[in-house]
Amino acid sequence: MEFDLSEEQRLLSESIGRYLNDQYDFDKRKAIVQSERGASDAVWRQLAEMGVLAIPLSEAAGGFGGGAVDLMSAMQAIGSALVVEPILPTVLAARLVDRAGSAAQKAEILPAVADGSQRAAFAHTEDGARYALAHVGLTARRTGDGWVLDGTKRVVAGAPLADLLVVSARTAGNAGSAEGISLFLVAAGADGVSMTGYRTIDNQRAADIAFSGVAVRADAMLGAEGKALPVIEEAVDFATALLCAEAVGAMQFANDTTLEYLKTRKQFGVPIGTFQVLQHRMVEMFVTAEQSRSISYLACSKVDTATDAADRARVVSAAKIKIADACRQISQESIQLHGGMGMTEEMKVSHTFRRLTMIAQQFGDADHHLGRFAALDG
Amino acid sequence: MDLNYSPEELAFRDEVRGWLKDNLPDDLRRKGADGEHYTKDDLLRWHKILAKKGWVAPAWPQEWGGPGWDVTRRFIFEEECGLSGTPPIVAFGIVMCGQVLLKFGSDAQKKRHLPGIYNGDVFWVQGYSEPGSGSDLASLKTRAERRGDHYVVNGQKIWTTLGQYGDWIFCLVRTDAAAKKQEGISFLLIDMKTPGITVRPLILMDGGHEVNEVFFDDVKVPVENLVHEEGKGWTVAKYLLGHERLNTGRIGASKRELARLKAYAAKQLDGAGRRLIDDPRFRDRLTRVEVELMALEVTNLRFLDAMRGGRPPGAEVSMLKIRGTEIQQALTELAMQAAGPMAAPFRPAGRAGAVPFDAVTAGLAPRYANYRKTSIYAGSNEIQRNIIAKATLGL
Repeated sequence: MEFDLSEEQRLLSESIGRYLNDQYDFDKRKAIVQSERGASDAVWRQLAEMGVLAIPLSEAAGGFGGGAVDLMSAMQAIGSALVVEPILPTVLAARLVDRAGSAAQKAEILPAVADGSQRAAFAHTEDGARYALAHVGLTARRTGDGWVLDGTKRVVAGAPLADLLVVSARTAGNAGSAEGISLFLVAAGADGVSMTGYRTIDNQRAADIAFSGVAVRADAMLGAEGKALPVIEEAVDFATALLCAEAVGAMQFANDTTLEYLKTRKQFGVPIGTFQVLQHRMVEMFVTAEQSRSISYLACSKVDTATDAADRARVVSAAKIKIADACRQISQESIQLHGGMGMTEEMKVSHTFRRLTMIAQQFGDADHHLGRFAALDG
Repeated sequence: MDLNYSPEELAFRDEVRGWLKDNLPDDLRRKGADGEHYTKDDLLRWHKILAKKGWVAPAWPQEWGGPGWDVTRRFIFEEECGLSGTPPIVAFGIVMCGQVLLKFGSDAQKKRHLPGIYNGDVFWVQGYSEPGSGSDLASLKTRAERRGDHYVVNGQKIWTTLGQYGDWIFCLVRTDAAAKKQEGISFLLIDMKTPGITVRPLILMDGGHEVNEVFFDDVKVPVENLVHEEGKGWTVAKYLLGHERLNTGRIGASKRELARLKAYAAKQLDGAGRRLIDDPRFRDRLTRVEVELMALEVTNLRFLDAMRGGRPPGAEVSMLKIRGTEIQQALTELAMQAAGPMAAPFRPAGRAGAVPFDAVTAGLAPRYANYRKTSIYAGSNEIQRNIIAKATLGL
C-alpha cells in the first residue's frame, strides 16, 4: 500500500497546476467560454504537450501506457479550474480506439490524439436510454463493402469540437440487448452527419447528432461486430473514475472558497465563520470532500488493476454513488453559505456549482449506480 | 500510488487471519456473533491469549513487549480482529493508561504498572466524566488535596465504562482550585480497593450494565501515583485524546457487521417470498452505508500513511470518529429494521440463557439502542466537529 505519487505523477500534477493557475484563471476562462467555439486551441495544445492526452494511451499507440492513477491529479486540477476543453470526452473516445481498434486504426488515429492535433468524442447516448449503456437504437446496415448508419445521438459531450466521432450502432438485435452493438469511426464532417451544437449548463460544449444514411467503409468498424458492449463498459468505467477525480478537484475549490468566505464575510459585527451552525456545516463539507477523495483513489486504482469486470464495475459504481451525493451536498452548501453572492454569475463558485451538478449525473446518477451496485453485489 | 497491500503485507494479513481462526475460543466467537456482552473473565482470557502471542499491545515499543509493527500492520491487525469478531482489547489499559505511562510515567511507574497492563493481570478503567462535566471536561470538580505523602480524593465520576470490573482507575482530578480551569488538573492512578470508593451501576436502555458512577469519599492516594507533574493533567489528557482512537473508525468491525447484515437481510422474506435485500428501498440505504465504509477505510489508511514518518495524529481522528460512529449506528439501525416485527421481543443485554426466539434477532434492538452511545462517547460528534472547525479549518 502506497499513497505517495510517483515522481512522474508529481511533476505532471505540479506543472498542470501551475499552468492552470497562471493561464486559466476565472477571467481567462470566462473569455474562452464566451468565444465562438467555447474552447481554446492554445490551452488544448498546452495540455496535450504536458502529456494529458498521451498518458492513458498504450505505448503501442504512441502513448505512455499510463492509467487513471497517473491522470488523477491532472483531473483534479482540471476540476478545480473548471477547464471546459473536452479532455475527458477525448480520453474516453481514444480509449475505445485503443482497446478495440486494429493496429492500423490505432496508428492512424491515436498519435494525432496524443499530440493534440485531433479531437474525438464518443457518440453514444440516445433518447430513452437514460444511463443504460446497452440501449443503442442507431442502426448500421451492411451495404456492399461497408455500412450505412441511421439514427440520432443526444448530448454528445465535446462533439462540436471533435474531428472524429466514435459511434455506437446496432448491427443486430434490439435496442437494449447486450449483443449486437458495434462501434464505428466516423469523421465529424462526413456526409449525412448533421450536428446541432450548444452550450451546456456548466459551459461545456455538446451536440445532438443526426446520422442520415452515413456511409462508411468496412474498415471503419472498431473491434468485433456486435461485441462492443464490454469495451464500452470498460471505457465508461475508466472515464467515470477520472470524472470522480475531476469532481474532487471541483469540491476542493468549492470548499476552499467557501471557507475563505466564512472567514471574511462579516454580519452582526463578526465573521460569519464564528457561528457554530455554519462551522458544523463547513466541517461536513470538509469530511465529505475527504471521503470523496478516498473513494476516487479507490476507483482510479481499481480501473487500473482489476482483472475482473464485475469487480471493477462494482467499485466504480460505489465511487460514483459517493461522488454524486457529495457533488449535490457540497455544491448546494457552498451556495447557501455564500448567501446571495453565491447565486451570481460573477462568482466562480456558481460555476463550480453547475459543474458539480452535472458531474453528479454524468455517466449515471447515484440512483443508477445504486442499482448497478446491488445487481453486481448479488 | 497503489491501494493494494504489498505481498509482505498480504502475508502478514494471512498470518494474523490464520492465527485468529485457530486461537479464538469458540465460546467467545459465539458471544461475539450473538452480540452478547463479555464478562470480565472473557475479556481477560482473550487479553492473555494475545499477550502470550506478543500481539496484545500493537503500538507499544518493543522494549515493553510491542510487536514492532508499522501503522499499516497495526491497521491490518485491528481489521482482522474486527472481521474475526474477537472480543475487544479493553482500551483503558493497553491503549490509554499504557500510552500515558510510556510517555509521561516515571521509571518506577512504568516498572510497576506496565507489566500488569500487558499481561492482563490488572483491569484498568477511566475516570474522566463527571455529572457536571461532560463535553466541558475541564470544568471537573473531583478534588485531590495534598496531605503529606498522599492525596485525599473526594468527588464523583460518571459513565465509568466497565467500572464494575476495575482493579485500578486513572482519573483526572483537581489539585488546585485557584488555578485556571485546565491548569488545576492532575492525572492520578488510583487502586480501586482503596477504602472510600463506591461503584454504583447505571443500567442503560438495552438493559446492560456497562457504565457506572464511581464515588470517592476521603480516598487516600499515595503521591507516587501522580503521573507527570501536578497541574499538568490536561496535557496528559490531550495527548491521550490523539492516541486514544486511531482505531476509532472501527473499519474491521463494521465490515463484519455489514456482511452479517447482508446475510441476515437475505433471509428475511416478505409475504410474497421476496428477500428484504432485494427491496430497492432497503438495499439503497444499505449500499450507501457500505460505500461510506469503503471510503472511510481508504481515508483511515491515508491518515496512517501520513503518520508513517512519526507525525502525531491530529484532527483526522475526529473525522474517523464522526464517520465511523455514523456507520456503526446506521448498520445497527438497518439490522434492527431488517428484523421487522421480530425486533420487539426483549432479551436483556448481557444475559444469555433460554429465550424463545433466536439470539441474533433478539440482540438487534438492544444493540441499536446501545449504539446511540457511539456518537456521544469519547467526545461527542458535535465536539469533534468543533475540533475540526478549529484545528483543521481555522474557524
